[in-house]
Amino acid sequence: MDQGRRQFLKASTLGGVAASVLGFDLTPALAATRALKIARTTETRSTCPYCSVSCGVIIHTLGDRSRNVRASVVHVEGDSDHPINRGTLCPKGVTLKHNIVNDRRLTKVLYRAPGTREWQERTWDWAVERIAQLVKDTRDRTLIEKDHQGRALHALTSVGVIGGCTDTNEVNYLLVKAFRAGLGVIPIEQQARI
Amino acid sequence: MTNGWTDIANADVVLAMGGNPAENHPVGFRFVMEARRNRNAKLVAVDPRFNRTAAVADAFVQIRAGTDIAFIGGLIHYALSRNRFHEEYVRLFTNATFLVKEGYAFDAGKGVFSGWDDERKAYTDTSSWNYELDERGFARVDPTMQHPRSVFQVMKAFYARYTPEMVASICGCAAADFEKAAELITSTHTPDRAGTIMYALGWTHHSHSVQLIHAAGMLQLLLGNIGRPGGGLNALRGHANIQGGTDCGMAYHNLPGYIPVPKADHPTLDAFLAAVTPKPLRPASTNFWANTDRFTVSQLKAYYGARATKANGFGYDLHPRLPQAESGGYENWSWAYIFDRMYRGDMEGLFSFGMNPVSNGPHSRKVVDALSKLKWLVVAENFDQETASFWRDDIQALVDKTPADVATEVFLLPAANFAEKDGAFVNSARWIQWKWKAVDPPGQALADQEIVARIFLAVRGLYEREGGTFADPVLALDWWYENPVHPTMAEVAREINGRALEDVRDPAGNLILRAGQQLARLTDARADGTTAVGNWLYTGMYTEAGNLTERRSTADPSGLGRYSEWSFSWPANRRILYNRCSADREGRPWDPARAGIAWNGSRWVGDVPDYGAESPPDAGVGAFIMLPEGAARLFVPGQFVDGPWSEHYEPAESPVPNPLHPPQSSNPAVRPFSTAYDVLGTADEYPIVCTTYRLTEHFHYWTKNNAYTMQLQPEFFVEIPEALAREKGIASGDRVRVTSARGSIEGKAMVTRRIKPMQVAGRTVHQIGFPIHWGFLGRGRQQGSLANLVTPTIVDPNSHAPEYKGFLVRLDRVGGA
Repeated sequence: MDQGRRQFLKASTLGGVAASVLGFDLTPALAATRALKIARTTETRSTCPYCSVSCGVIIHTLGDRSRNVRASVVHVEGDSDHPINRGTLCPKGVTLKHNIVNDRRLTKVLYRAPGTREWQERTWDWAVERIAQLVKDTRDRTLIEKDHQGRALHALTSVGVIGGCTDTNEVNYLLVKAFRAGLGVIPIEQQARI
Repeated sequence: MTNGWTDIANADVVLAMGGNPAENHPVGFRFVMEARRNRNAKLVAVDPRFNRTAAVADAFVQIRAGTDIAFIGGLIHYALSRNRFHEEYVRLFTNATFLVKEGYAFDAGKGVFSGWDDERKAYTDTSSWNYELDERGFARVDPTMQHPRSVFQVMKAFYARYTPEMVASICGCAAADFEKAAELITSTHTPDRAGTIMYALGWTHHSHSVQLIHAAGMLQLLLGNIGRPGGGLNALRGHANIQGGTDCGMAYHNLPGYIPVPKADHPTLDAFLAAVTPKPLRPASTNFWANTDRFTVSQLKAYYGARATKANGFGYDLHPRLPQAESGGYENWSWAYIFDRMYRGDMEGLFSFGMNPVSNGPHSRKVVDALSKLKWLVVAENFDQETASFWRDDIQALVDKTPADVATEVFLLPAANFAEKDGAFVNSARWIQWKWKAVDPPGQALADQEIVARIFLAVRGLYEREGGTFADPVLALDWWYENPVHPTMAEVAREINGRALEDVRDPAGNLILRAGQQLARLTDARADGTTAVGNWLYTGMYTEAGNLTERRSTADPSGLGRYSEWSFSWPANRRILYNRCSADREGRPWDPARAGIAWNGSRWVGDVPDYGAESPPDAGVGAFIMLPEGAARLFVPGQFVDGPWSEHYEPAESPVPNPLHPPQSSNPAVRPFSTAYDVLGTADEYPIVCTTYRLTEHFHYWTKNNAYTMQLQPEFFVEIPEALAREKGIASGDRVRVTSARGSIEGKAMVTRRIKPMQVAGRTVHQIGFPIHWGFLGRGRQQGSLANLVTPTIVDPNSHAPEYKGFLVRLDRVGGA
């Protein structure tokens, strides 16, 4: 379908309309403007993160083949090869670029101290160390090693883990492995319940 | 989904109910339109609102939110009483021929099944909800289905109460409209026709949601629609990888691959396996879950590696167990119970990876108050949101507190989004599709796998240095990844698929896998510790042939949109579940133009068979290999806590007593929470039925950060029927307040003809609704319009999903005339 549209554009610009009516040939100029936007981008296949139809998307990035330049997303479009969406996207899907490139994105580790009313910036190392201390302290004090009948439980019910509905299988599996099989967390839930 | 998006184009009839695919799955809806265009298929929409799915439907019926079981029960009665069901299919593939145990009964006057204790107001003995077994423990059957206790006869009698007039009275629709829809829907009972059902959260958000989906399954089985191209029961699902999360054990009660979580009374691996492995209920049934030992031991090997030994039950002794509650049964740690226990002060910490319970959980005020009882909260997110910032003045004002009252330490960790990391999502059609990283995350944001790894390794480091309570599993966990702080998604995908740890041989002694090789088939897993498989369900996705979830062939030799070499579909790349039912007793497709699988004399050909590939059609093993009886369950023995049949119960808040049995109006198995927040309203004070939904232009609570989608749908509004608006003096654009017993929400009025007043049990009932997408943080006019400020904490007793649809409210105009 997409191929057809391109062929049509090509045919109509080469069809002599511009040259004969205007007296000069616009073809090179039209071709140049059409080519600019995504001609030099890197295309990466991905899946829309919204509903579960799983429309294939192509993410166009610029700068990833240049030195000293951080790649940035310049365009997101439907993947015309995908057997479900065949290149189309819904009103949310067509605005995906603005989900990725968005001035509201979080870029720093933030911390809110007890009783306060503002965020403070912290480093990853500080936050990970502090979180690990809190987890260990809670686990050491509250892990239910045995129940009242003396049966082994090794269950940590004072810590919950929720999430993963828009993360990959692999991250979901790692969450389960690290938190349930590793730390013993029982309350692990995700969006499917609600 | 039993089938898939592309397969919907093969349907003759599509019932869209409990979902609004034209607006909420708009690109998937194309296959409905294709079925209409190419096959002259009929679309039936049933919904509380005349939505955009209804706008293109051949028939639309408006029903009251929360009455879907009455509607489906009416369809079951319609099919059975007018001989519009597929009798041979029902006899071959369902438990209609099985005998129900003596002692089973339903008291139609009281509205309860046998085993109900009037004094304790609970089911205290559900042993009668079962089959009659012979001396060998197999279920007795009557192939003629004439025995008065055959499932078929019991079902027929049970649903005889669901007449078109009763449906109309409960649902608030016209009996003639119901009958027109019923005629279309049951037209698929002939072998040459197939019909599908598309449902979503409109079915799962009730206090009887599991029984509702049970009823839909019954209907599709009676019509002979399960397992067939163009048929099936299709959950549309609402998030990009909610299916994958469910598959991978992100639920308190399941390990990856739907293996039940170990419980307090399973002290050893052997005790666990004995308790959870089902025994066959028919002599020849496949009973695929007999492989539970292979899947469990292999998963434990993936978790604990070399530390999983025969001596410690392959690591079972390291794994946590679900505690037993003092009141009996096991502790419930599902979503609403987590926040209830948190509110009661039983929890200290919470990790939230991209979740926003203040917005998406039931009863936002209870959640806000619960979070403030935590010592610490860690949120990994793309954008700041209501849960990470629950301590803010405006959010604390909901519970009459200030930030100074909140002692919780909060960490907000910047996380990568979908485009900034690779790995696989599973769509609702069970397609496991790989995606590739396109760009680095912004600023200091990290991929979630790195956040999880860093935190876990830091905790492990503390245990290594300091020791601590039961450090064994923390230290034993097999964190084998080449870069431990950043496991690659390919490494994890290989672990999930499974690999041989030693040479693996078949029972005849032939070598099938060498040590180190990736598993290819589900039955390659071993129970002796020689294989490690993170999630058996996905075995076959990453084999010695590579990562099959990356496949992108659009070849479709079936002509049915099967696309067998596009990605990988669990299980075993099967595209349609239960596809043995697509063929008759001899293995010939019911409809040769839409063959699922067919027996060619020596093996099944077509889709990957949901059956032994070389098992002849007359071996009697049963089409439903995952069930111990080998037959689909119309009557459900001992699985659901609220009965073996789906019965209409009113929502917990209802404008009328249940017309079928007023003494037992709502689901008797529901157990309400008991904090001061958990209150219900009555129809005197809150007379209007209310429901919630999504818009095409927004996704959940994320796109309120997106300038473009916020321009398309800038602010919260309430859809109000014209007659109700007139009664209340409300015009479109006026500010209105919706109040329930839990709280209130304000926004613009949208007066509409899309919802009409209903006649319910002889009285006029109004229904309103509103979309969910706004809150406190985001662009534009947020106004604190969280939909869940008004929803109840009532949950379904089987799935524990909240009743977001069909609760009671009051409606007022805000401000002067």
